[in-house]
Amino acid sequence: MKQDTEYDIFDQNFIWNPFPAFDSVRESECPIAHSDKWGGSWMPTRYEDIVAIAQEHDVFTSREIIVVPPPPGQLEGPYGGVKAPPITSDPPDHHWHRRAILPVFSPQSVATYEQDMRDFCNGLIDGFIDKGRADAAADYAQRIPVNVIARMLGVPVEMSDTFTEWVRGALEVGLTNPELRRANRLKIIEFFIGQVNERKENPRENDLITDLLALQVDGQPAPLEYVIGVCNLMLVAGIDTTWSAIGSSLWHLAGHPDHRRQLRDNPDLWSTAIEEFLRAYAPVTMARIVDRDTEFQGCPMKAGDRVLMTFPAANRDPRQFDRPDEVILDRQNNRHVAFGAGIHRCAGSNLARLELKVALQTWMERIPDFSLVDPGSVTWAGGQVRGPRQCLVSF
Amino acid sequence: MKVRLIEGRCQGHQMCAIAAPEIFGSDEIGNATVLIAGDIPADLEAKARRAEGNCPERAIEIVG
Repeated sequence: MKQDTEYDIFDQNFIWNPFPAFDSVRESECPIAHSDKWGGSWMPTRYEDIVAIAQEHDVFTSREIIVVPPPPGQLEGPYGGVKAPPITSDPPDHHWHRRAILPVFSPQSVATYEQDMRDFCNGLIDGFIDKGRADAAADYAQRIPVNVIARMLGVPVEMSDTFTEWVRGALEVGLTNPELRRANRLKIIEFFIGQVNERKENPRENDLITDLLALQVDGQPAPLEYVIGVCNLMLVAGIDTTWSAIGSSLWHLAGHPDHRRQLRDNPDLWSTAIEEFLRAYAPVTMARIVDRDTEFQGCPMKAGDRVLMTFPAANRDPRQFDRPDEVILDRQNNRHVAFGAGIHRCAGSNLARLELKVALQTWMERIPDFSLVDPGSVTWAGGQVRGPRQCLVSF
Repeated sequence: MKVRLIEGRCQGHQMCAIAAPEIFGSDEIGNATVLIAGDIPADLEAKARRAEGNCPERAIEIVG
């Protein structure tokens, strides 16, 4: 069966609220939709299917993970071999690509950044609290992950706005504008080539890029493309995503005084509340490329087809979650897949979760009551990463 | 009641350690470890069940 719904992941209404479209596909005869738009893709909507595809990584490969095909010529151009390991890697290389960076993102490692995150969040709030209004997305959410990632990478935090512009160019605005996407990808790669060359001249202590350059694989230094690729991944995957999760959660809290009160009265709720925000507002949709002709749930998928890993749809499947469209702050069973599943589980999930917790707790301590200035004026980005980009609140 | 990790399934989501930090921890790459090898104290049994119910990989088995 093949259902051509001609969904459009960049349609403004879909970006604004994709959940009715997910529901209608999920409850139809064929819960996997197909569209020819944007290079063509399949869109599964059931939790069980999306998790199964994530687990079958030999059929559903990660050779491309962006929801639209790369700009023409990217693979042949300069730095064509620079990808974003380990998220773009398949076994067997995936194993060492991932193993090498996981210790950097363990809960123990990321905890060392917590106090600096709190101080940074407080500093942002100091800048606007007396004005009685702020853009919760642009003045707050957007600024936090880029600061953390810049410090982890040992690159200048003063360049945060530039990094944000590059990432939006490569991953957000650039997905519907191939020339912009190509240009920003090159800016990121060339920046990190400069950083790598600088570290080769002057190795640093406790420095991720220096450590990556010292990494040995089968008795050889890790390939330069790997080192640049990891930096590329950290910047591109580490900024837009977490910023979107923080922004969506603040947008939710702005409209739900009952939830703000519950969190204030019962701080023990935070641990389940964070997971619930991640479930309900999962920002990220990834892609997989079908390795060989296969039939999945009756859908005739061809080698080279793109499959969207619609984690936001999986997280709203009523077969897996009771009352999936409600945010239930103390939800007890929550096997959400905001960070994916299987061997490509987001390597930075512990960091992202900590940033989300610190950003929301700090905001709620300082600004316990706030509301949207005009719900209709909130703007959202979508496609690969969904979240508010302008979200004016008053307090 | 005991808890057990099913070999090869954990992918390091750490959702068990969030639900039941007394029972689950993290190794150096962020995969789950079981901190209580023997019987789970009665007052932690509900947390053990919640940890199982929050694992996206279904990597936790509750025995007994």
